[in-house]
Amino acid sequence: MKKLIKYVIIDILRNKIVLGYTIFLLAVSLGVFNLEDNTAKGLLSLLNIILIIVPLLSIIFSTIYVYNSSEFIELLVSQPVKRTTLLTSIYAGLTTSLMIAVIVGIGLPVFLYDRSEVGLTLVIAGVLLTAVFSGLAMLASIITRDKAKGIGLSILLWFYFAIIFDGLILFILFQFADYPLEKVSIGLTALNPIDLSRILVLLKMDISAMMGYTGAVFKEFFEGAMGYIFISVVMLFWIFSPILLAVKKFNKKDL
Amino acid sequence: MKYFLVILLLTLQITALSNTIEVGTGKKHATIKSAIEAAKDGDVILIHRATYAEGEITINKQLHLKGINWPVIDGKQKSQILYVLSDNVIIEGLDIRNCGYSSSYDWAAIKVLDCKKVIILNNRLFNNSFAINLQNTSFCRIENNYVKGNPINGVESGNAIHCWKSNNVRILNNEVTGHRDGIYFEFVTHSFISNNKSYKNIRYGLHFMFSNDDTYYKNTFSANGSGVAVMFSKRVSMLWNRFEENWGSAAYGILMKEISDGKVEHNTFTRNTVGIFMEGTSRIYTSKNVFTSNGWAMRVQASCEDNTITGNNYFGNTFDVGTNGTMQLNKFYSNYWDKYEGYDLNKDGYGDVHYQPVSLYSMIVEKIPAASLLLRSFLVTIMDKAERVIPSITPVELKDDKPLMKPLQL
Repeated sequence: MKKLIKYVIIDILRNKIVLGYTIFLLAVSLGVFNLEDNTAKGLLSLLNIILIIVPLLSIIFSTIYVYNSSEFIELLVSQPVKRTTLLTSIYAGLTTSLMIAVIVGIGLPVFLYDRSEVGLTLVIAGVLLTAVFSGLAMLASIITRDKAKGIGLSILLWFYFAIIFDGLILFILFQFADYPLEKVSIGLTALNPIDLSRILVLLKMDISAMMGYTGAVFKEFFEGAMGYIFISVVMLFWIFSPILLAVKKFNKKDL
Repeated sequence: MKYFLVILLLTLQITALSNTIEVGTGKKHATIKSAIEAAKDGDVILIHRATYAEGEITINKQLHLKGINWPVIDGKQKSQILYVLSDNVIIEGLDIRNCGYSSSYDWAAIKVLDCKKVIILNNRLFNNSFAINLQNTSFCRIENNYVKGNPINGVESGNAIHCWKSNNVRILNNEVTGHRDGIYFEFVTHSFISNNKSYKNIRYGLHFMFSNDDTYYKNTFSANGSGVAVMFSKRVSMLWNRFEENWGSAAYGILMKEISDGKVEHNTFTRNTVGIFMEGTSRIYTSKNVFTSNGWAMRVQASCEDNTITGNNYFGNTFDVGTNGTMQLNKFYSNYWDKYEGYDLNKDGYGDVHYQPVSLYSMIVEKIPAASLLLRSFLVTIMDKAERVIPSITPVELKDDKPLMKPLQL
């Protein structure tokens, strides 16, 4: 398994795209911190990058990578390697290299310019989102045989989580404005990893505003450790369930 | 020269007439009560280190009570402790604790009733219901006291410094914490509150009711249950104060309700849920304040009119200004808003495009608080941008026509 992960990581690093991704993130982060006079505003711009660009690139790159290495996968399947080991190794290699890109590309500038808790949370959110979306990519590329369809599905998933979902939540909140929605709204955000990581950052960045809401559930969620525990548990679920599902499909798949 | 002589003669007279009476174990008087009984107007009572539990001690002569090495005066939770009924009393250097709670009497560790020129200086007051209570007084001074209540017992907790129907009160350099209100003013006029620290009180750090012509200056109010409230008062000046970390659904840096003709200048508001909340206020001049990392820097309700907000700095607030209606009768101009994205072609230091501090999303959150979970979402950012271009929900009149390009040096 170790050997496989190592091989995947070396293969990805030789492929220039992840390198380009790292440099892009590095350039944007440095630019953002240099252009804005206060780091708080820089962090805000970085938040948008982490919530939009990081998931998009993770999911598309991972999907394409899995399709492109289909011959490699077929070859390894014929060897005495378990399919579960094979797929999890590929996933591990993929996310590790993408996480390194996030840590170097965003973590380093944040460390240089702003060593606040908000910055740290931001980088953690980026790393978690990378893990979730490369997992979703694995699932998308395992369940569809056709490459174009698979990539289409990935983009659709990203679009849903990044934009459509928030629109739906807003719609629901408007329609049911007369009802107590605090539990529901927290529950709904659990259905979207991007929202979860956004709230993880909000817990640090906008805590003063979030404390303004009257609901007891909200208060408990934002005041104590409750929020962090909830987000960690649901986030782990979001990381592991797609990849487990993908493994299950892959084990039965006729290659 | 004439005045000088008068003053000189007066001082001579006082020093000539005052005796010193000592209280303590092994001294002439074992109890404070007997010492007061023996004393004449103008005497100094020196209280040596010991614990005195004498119930209610009434001071009805013009005395100077001075503690040496913090003698403890204990109320045993049964009664009030020092009851001042005479002018010109000085209470200094005492450690007064455990004043009882009564729902029918205003018991306090130090209660001053119907008198003038009482000075309460350098005392420590612990675990009292009300700590210092001035009723119908004038020209009193409360200085350098440390007042700490017992915040666990929220219902029976009184105010740290409570003033009712007084004038010309000076409250200086005190530290008050763990009470219901840190400093409470009701019908108090021409008074000055300066350099105090009020923190972790259950309700307000400072509470004004029906108190006109007062000034508070260079105080720090932090982590109070609801911040500071100024209500139903006129001509109150709030200068150079710091308001920090007042968090909660009803917590404000300053809550202004039904007040008029006040001044709010040179204050800093940091990490409060709401920096300034205005309701029914008029003619308040707000200038040279710094708002940093608040949930809402200001919430100006539609019931406010003729307030001026100019020359303030706004940095990193979640929402700059919130409001609850489209009616807008206040003046916003020449502030620095860090969210401003306009340009300055003629280089006069003012942006050429106006700035609308009320965002669409703050209006939505006002209506549906649960929607605050979507804050900073990409969708919300797009909606805010669209609303800035074509305003439909946000009040069009609430805008800064001359936003500053660079923050003010304050």
